[in-house]
Amino acid sequence: MISLAGRDILHSLEKFVLTGVGLGLLIGVTLTMAGVYRGMVDDAEVLLDNSGTDLWVVQKDTLGPYAEPSSLEDDTWRGIRAMPGVADAADVTYLTMQVQGIEPTGLRDVRSMVVGIAPGAPGTPGWPPYLIAGRQITHSHYEVVADIASGFRLGEQVQIRRERYTVVGLTRRLVSSSGDPMVFIPLKDAQQAQFLKDNDAIVRNRARTAGNPALNRPGVPGLLDAVIASQSTNPYVNAVLVQITPGYTPDEVAASIRRWKRLTVYTRAQMEDILVKKLIATASKQIGMFLVILALVSAAIVAFIIYTLTLGKIREIAVLKLIGTTNRTIAAMIMQQAVGLGLIGFLVGKIAATFWGPFFPRYVLLEPADTARGFAIVVVICVLASLLAIRAALKVDPAEAIGG
Amino acid sequence: MDKPANQLQKQGIRIEGLKKRYGEGDTAVDALKGVDMQVAPGEVVGLVGPSGSGKTTMLKCLGAVIEPTAGRMTLASEVIYDERWKISDLRALRRDKIGFVFQAPYLIPFLDVTDNVAILPMLAGRPNGEARKRALELLEALDIAHRARAMPSQLSGGEQQRVSIARALVNRPPVILADEPTAPLDSERALAVMRILNQMARQYETAIIIVTHDEKIIPTFKRIYRIRDGRTEEEAGEGRSLQ
Ligand SMILES: Nc1ncnc2c1ncn2[C@@H]1O[C@H](COP(=O)(O)OP(=O)(O)O)[C@@H](O)[C@H]1O
Ligand SMILES: [Mg+2]
Repeated sequence: MISLAGRDILHSLEKFVLTGVGLGLLIGVTLTMAGVYRGMVDDAEVLLDNSGTDLWVVQKDTLGPYAEPSSLEDDTWRGIRAMPGVADAADVTYLTMQVQGIEPTGLRDVRSMVVGIAPGAPGTPGWPPYLIAGRQITHSHYEVVADIASGFRLGEQVQIRRERYTVVGLTRRLVSSSGDPMVFIPLKDAQQAQFLKDNDAIVRNRARTAGNPALNRPGVPGLLDAVIASQSTNPYVNAVLVQITPGYTPDEVAASIRRWKRLTVYTRAQMEDILVKKLIATASKQIGMFLVILALVSAAIVAFIIYTLTLGKIREIAVLKLIGTTNRTIAAMIMQQAVGLGLIGFLVGKIAATFWGPFFPRYVLLEPADTARGFAIVVVICVLASLLAIRAALKVDPAEAIGG
Repeated sequence: MDKPANQLQKQGIRIEGLKKRYGEGDTAVDALKGVDMQVAPGEVVGLVGPSGSGKTTMLKCLGAVIEPTAGRMTLASEVIYDERWKISDLRALRRDKIGFVFQAPYLIPFLDVTDNVAILPMLAGRPNGEARKRALELLEALDIAHRARAMPSQLSGGEQQRVSIARALVNRPPVILADEPTAPLDSERALAVMRILNQMARQYETAIIIVTHDEKIIPTFKRIYRIRDGRTEEEAGEGRSLQ
């Protein structure tokens, strides 16, 4: 037996291929949407992997530092460092803001996650674990290690708030959960950037403090200066990152920090949970909705095309039935055509998604498992979409071929 | 019963007291009110009659696509209908025992000429090679083998009709039912198709029933069944030579 479906497809190849390409672009969009979601999860995991830390210590009862604001005194780390099982502990700050590229690429704004890292040597918690170019920060001020996604280049001058920095190193795949590239700067600079007020505000604040008789007592020299000094520094960080001594488990060290320091501590698994299940939950639901709609639209297209093609063949189907073709053969013919259309569509979609994926601003991760799943779904959709056409074909009376 | 009559009964096609009623109650239409017909292997008979007389209904009953209401049909010495179908697989009956030729050729547009013919033996489970070999034999007999690889849309109307005759014959059915096979053809081509059908009837021992009101071909029949108001009358035709 020959393949009736195959012959029919070859006979109207142009119509099939054009429809398949249209369907394929739709499937490509669907695969890309799934890829965007996978990319978000993967970004979160890479972020955790590259944070160089085992525990996140944050303000009590917050989901910090990524999902909620968290604030700790910047000497908290000393006490933690001294606890058993802690190999290293360091302050870190996170602040999402605009970083301006100035030289030599010209003025432009890049939305970035500015990470303040504590002084120390490479390997200090919070430091980028590896660079793809340049060197780590060695000076305590005005140096930047930026993720390549920011578009900054080595040696470029960038401005964060009022200060200028030089890009000395580049990393890759370090982005926040909203996809903003990370920009590492020295902790002190970061604390200042978080706190920095404009000159008018400083003057006004100074006047208000001086106007407060309780803080400006004639008999207590130096009090006003001390108060103002304390007001214009920022002794807070967002989290303390902790590395654990081999032989201890993250859970036991986390438990003892919680108990003795009365702070909230997250292990790697808990932080992954926060990033994936809480922070990108809405985004993933959004994408899920898109996937459902795209699947429905694809199904509608396949159903419509196959139905139209079948209606155009009613007379041939009546003849085929009259000369003894079984319903099964006719149903198989229509179903194979639908699946054939799906195959062309899937191929085009896969190629399209692979081609345009890198042009997306966020990382698009096309997982082979998703591709396989997508393929299975396309086949199922095509089979279901062909049922309408099959029903129409089975209702055709072979007597119609003989006519009236 | 004498022997030749018995022979005729055993082969070809025989219809006795066939009735067909469409619908029920007040709106019922008695399209066939008891028709008789007998066609021997190798014989070509005409079935003529005015519009609405029941020709197509008779063809559909014979072709096992609608069920008669009463009567008896025998095909190649097998009783296929006797007050009810005697055959469970009517599809296989149509495929193996009946050839159809329509007014329009009704070829499958996405199959080439060979496969349009070979599809029948293929449907009957023959291997592709064997089916195509049989198809080519018939295409040769019908003088159309040189277009074997062409698509139907590339053929003329007469060529398409010859391909559809090859398709009707390829499974060597004992009977061929043709519904106005010459209607769209001019006189010369119509007679050519009749010549082919007569030749094929002899060559393959097939009984051929041709429904027609085409004045061009009616004189070629040796025997005619005239159907009027749901009943048949047998009459002798002119039997004009086709050579
Ligand atoms: N499906 C049907 N339902 C009801 N009546 C029908 C149907 N088909 C045919 N008839 C009636 O049966 C009679 C015979 O029709 P038909 O066999 O088509 O005649 P012919 O082919 O000789 O023109 C006509 O009166 C026609 O109206
Ligand atoms: Mg008719």
